[in-house]
Amino acid sequence: MALRTLVSRKTLRTSSLGLRGLQTFSLPDLPYDYGALEPAISGEIMQLHHQKHHQTYVTNFNKAIEQLDGAASKGDASTIVKLQSAIKFNGGGHVNHSIFWKNLAPVREGGGEPPKGSLGWAIDNHFGSLDALVQKINAEGAALQGSGWVWLGVDKELKHLVVETTANQDPLVTKGPNLVPLLGIDVWEHAYYLQYKNVRPDYLKNIWKVINWKYAGEVYEKECP
Amino acid sequence: MAAFAAATIVSPFKCGLFPSQGFSGSTRSFHLRKNQKRTVRKAVVAAKIDLKPPPYSLDALEPHMSRETFEYHWGKHHRAYVDNLNKQTVGTELDTKSLEEIILVTYNKGDLLPSFNNAAQAWNHEFFWESMKPGGGGKPTGELLELINRDFGSFEAFVNEFKTAAATQFGSGWAWLVYKANRPDVGNAVNPRPSEEDKNLVVVKSQNAINPLVWDYSPLLTIDVWEHAYYLDFQNRRPDYISTFMEKLVSWDAVSSRLEAAKA
Repeated sequence: MALRTLVSRKTLRTSSLGLRGLQTFSLPDLPYDYGALEPAISGEIMQLHHQKHHQTYVTNFNKAIEQLDGAASKGDASTIVKLQSAIKFNGGGHVNHSIFWKNLAPVREGGGEPPKGSLGWAIDNHFGSLDALVQKINAEGAALQGSGWVWLGVDKELKHLVVETTANQDPLVTKGPNLVPLLGIDVWEHAYYLQYKNVRPDYLKNIWKVINWKYAGEVYEKECP
Repeated sequence: MAAFAAATIVSPFKCGLFPSQGFSGSTRSFHLRKNQKRTVRKAVVAAKIDLKPPPYSLDALEPHMSRETFEYHWGKHHRAYVDNLNKQTVGTELDTKSLEEIILVTYNKGDLLPSFNNAAQAWNHEFFWESMKPGGGGKPTGELLELINRDFGSFEAFVNEFKTAAATQFGSGWAWLVYKANRPDVGNAVNPRPSEEDKNLVVVKSQNAINPLVWDYSPLLTIDVWEHAYYLDFQNRRPDYISTFMEKLVSWDAVSSRLEAAKA
């Protein structure tokens, strides 16, 4: 099942600026079944996470964009500004989760296989070893207070790898405009609670068995050819 | 701030060697304890803050909040905040301070010091257990209801505002009913509602571990909206959790006595 993001054109509307169309966003399909990542991540979690949490971000993102469009065409500056947090929360949630589903793969499709090629080499070069990188990501993910994400990213200007965390649904780019996410791990409690309860470190330990390094490598090679 | 008498209090879960003693002082629901060094069977323990059990058994709020939730929420999450706080404070200058003092000091005007999260979360959770009771819900009475009507227009309007705050606290955090003192510069933090009238009831929400003590407000009621508070029972359905809390769990008795203490 190929991953595809459905985008539909909504009704065109005219405004004082001319013809304008409004794109809406849709929940992307998962490229694997809900149960395919077991036992690392349960099918129950995958289904709730995708069908409920991500879907809600998409729905509310579309609502916020529609309101933004309305405010912009009326020249309502304060509403535009007021909508920023809804856009960041829900848009960030959609962006981050869309990356996350691609960061995971069933074992039989390469999930858990270590990175090869230039990304593998860059990891060894920058962090000493893959294991050292994993320990660092797990430590930062475990220490994150509240809800957020832990990322492996690449600075596309400086061409070097970074490990960063973001709060809530802030995308990685909020930590640096040149940062491109290679790998994100969701450490909101909804990502693991039904299976791992309060033991976030166990979730972090086990998720590496289904991490899709192939995708991360492709993104890296695009930024650092 | 009122002074509290130091008392030795032993939770029934810890050691059966000492009789439980009440503590003298105000009717505030949070507890300051300076535990003396006490001998238990195997080791000398100098604990600072206790993990107090909820004022009801872990299954007493079923089916609205499950025993399983309590086993994790109180037994793991709350316990870890208390244990980790004690580890952080033992042997430091924080060791001589009350839990409330630790919270204010480590809030540090928003530039949080390392023990803030554990201290605030230890306080928040004890306050949360005591905000609920078996057979809770319904409506408040007496002066509390009068003030709610005065400051929100009606009880229904208050409920709406509280539920909205709880539902829209993005990520992890808490929603609160507080009794507000109007001091624009509250010393430690920016007053989030400086334009509101003095001596009012107000609904506020806070992120992660932050609580209204840092704004010098008097908390009266809280609901925990970290996902761990409701995920086992409600999964993603936070609004259902919030409604259940309001309809079946809130201890208006506790809220009333806290209001009385706050006004005193």
